Amino acid sequence: MGLSIYLALKEIWRNRGRFFLVALVIALITLLVLFIAALGEGLGTNNRQYVSNLDAQLIVFLDKSDFIIPSSRLDQSALKAVRRVDGVADAGPISTSSTAIMLDNGKVLKVSMLGVEAGRPGLPPVIEGRTYQTQLAKETVIDRNVALRSDIKVGDEITVRSTQGTKDEFFTLKVVGLTEGQAYTFQPTIFVPPSTWERVRPKSEAEANKTVPDINVIAVKLEDPSQAEAMKSKIEANVSNVQVTDIETTISNIPGYSAQQGTVQTQGAFTLLIGVLVIGGFFQIQILQKVPQIGVLKAIGSSNGVVGFAAVVQIMVVTAIGVGIGGLLTYVFSLFFPPTIPLVFNGNASALAIAALLFIGPAGGLVSVIYAVRIEPLKALRLS
Amino acid sequence: MSTVALEVKNVIKTFSVDGSKINAVDDVSFKVNSGEFVALVGPSGSGKTTMLSILAALLTPTSGQVLIDGQDLSKMSEKQRVVLRREKIGFTFQSNNLIPYLTAKENVEFMLRLNGKANRAGRVRSQELLARLGLNDRLHNLPAQMSGGQQQRVAIARALIHNPTVVLADEPTASLDTERAFQVVETFANLIHENNRAGIMVTHDLRMCKYVDRVLQMRDGKLVQIYETKDEVMALARGGDH
Repeated sequence: MGLSIYLALKEIWRNRGRFFLVALVIALITLLVLFIAALGEGLGTNNRQYVSNLDAQLIVFLDKSDFIIPSSRLDQSALKAVRRVDGVADAGPISTSSTAIMLDNGKVLKVSMLGVEAGRPGLPPVIEGRTYQTQLAKETVIDRNVALRSDIKVGDEITVRSTQGTKDEFFTLKVVGLTEGQAYTFQPTIFVPPSTWERVRPKSEAEANKTVPDINVIAVKLEDPSQAEAMKSKIEANVSNVQVTDIETTISNIPGYSAQQGTVQTQGAFTLLIGVLVIGGFFQIQILQKVPQIGVLKAIGSSNGVVGFAAVVQIMVVTAIGVGIGGLLTYVFSLFFPPTIPLVFNGNASALAIAALLFIGPAGGLVSVIYAVRIEPLKALRLS
Repeated sequence: MSTVALEVKNVIKTFSVDGSKINAVDDVSFKVNSGEFVALVGPSGSGKTTMLSILAALLTPTSGQVLIDGQDLSKMSEKQRVVLRREKIGFTFQSNNLIPYLTAKENVEFMLRLNGKANRAGRVRSQELLARLGLNDRLHNLPAQMSGGQQQRVAIARALIHNPTVVLADEPTASLDTERAFQVVETFANLIHENNRAGIMVTHDLRMCKYVDRVLQMRDGKLVQIYETKDEVMALARGGDH
């Protein structure tokens, strides 16, 4: 096969201008695919990060809530019942709401305010400071992302603005700790104790005097995570009016999550398809131009294997160079993107995109390789 | 010492055209010895290119035998024929002769690469052969940077470098002016004789016959006449002069 590589590389080198232009087209496609992948990952992360980082295996929803967090409403007795189920190591309530922090410079930072109990599943590990101490404390643990965007430090007091009934109410909370990577529904998160959450959260006139907090969902940590399937049914059997699912299903049912990921993935797939067509078209035209020359190669004794493999090597080399340049371009561009744009070049999604890109070359060139193998050596003699 | 390099026995090649059968090659037999340069002439449609394709193991005859070095081509598999082509046959073509992205020297050496013999000795030999053909200053030129005559000479070097039994040339002078054409064929004939190969040149230009030992004339698929003696051959070559 050394002969094929020799032929392929000589041809690329002696026509380097033409092959470089094709590699550039592949590079631009790579750039686009990687950005779409990063955008999908970035959007996805901002949406699901809190849920996917939960220290829990199962999530308990109100029955027939279709696993949609904001439409699920559970009460304290459900929480107690879940905790009593055999095999449940711990269970923590999660109450969600969206509110705003008033910043010193007069700006408003929108955040997800989650009501979770300290020391239970639902409250992520605190990386700086401490967690809040009582269920009623006017204290909060904030996502580092909130701190970065607002210059708030541990020990500061923040003002939360919520609309309750028809009035804007302002509440002061003391920041006691920091946590990391906890975005939920595109907003950085602040965590407060359940009772504080009930007092501070935006609510309607009718709910104004409520003191016992509603729970959206319950995060369940199991004694044996491998028993997740069995525990689902067990909890559903022991606690009335609930449905239970795993983290993955919960994520895919975050409002808009699946639709958004589907859109981004479709864009990525179509870009790859364009890549297949571009590469396929180029190499097919090239092979058509090379028919007499391939006829000569075969007439003087090159096997079909040598000719076919040379075509494959050529396609792979050009694709690899294109993807390499594209990857480099993407990296350089990513350095100039502001952090507020949700692009995440995470290993998995980018690696998957690069693997797909390396595959589209041979896929697109397949027709031309088959065509090259089928050329008759008689073409060299202008026969057939 | 003249051994039979190539033997053709009663070869018939039939093509079906619009339902009727046509014998493009019709019961042709001849032998070519090593060290002998033979011209295959005839008007277009006489079957000489079809004959050449059969000799090169690119076409299988409908019946009859072709033996190269005593080996019967019709008994070989397609893979064996590919090996035969690169080991025992040297080839020059009318046009698109050379691989366009390889230099003159690389084109010649490619034949050695195909046979797994691209060693140092082989590289020296291809350089010497190209020098012998007057291409010493063209070794590293691509085909596009050479004239038609130069390209044809590189092709001759490629056809000889691997010491094949049979050298086949398809209209080597078609794209050359008269003076160059004579030069190319003369050098070709000299190399065939020096290296003791069996050379077969298909041409429609009878003037080129003055450098060959024998002329096989074809018409309508049949071998109609063989010019054997020097006088006969020279007379034919002169006849082609008008």
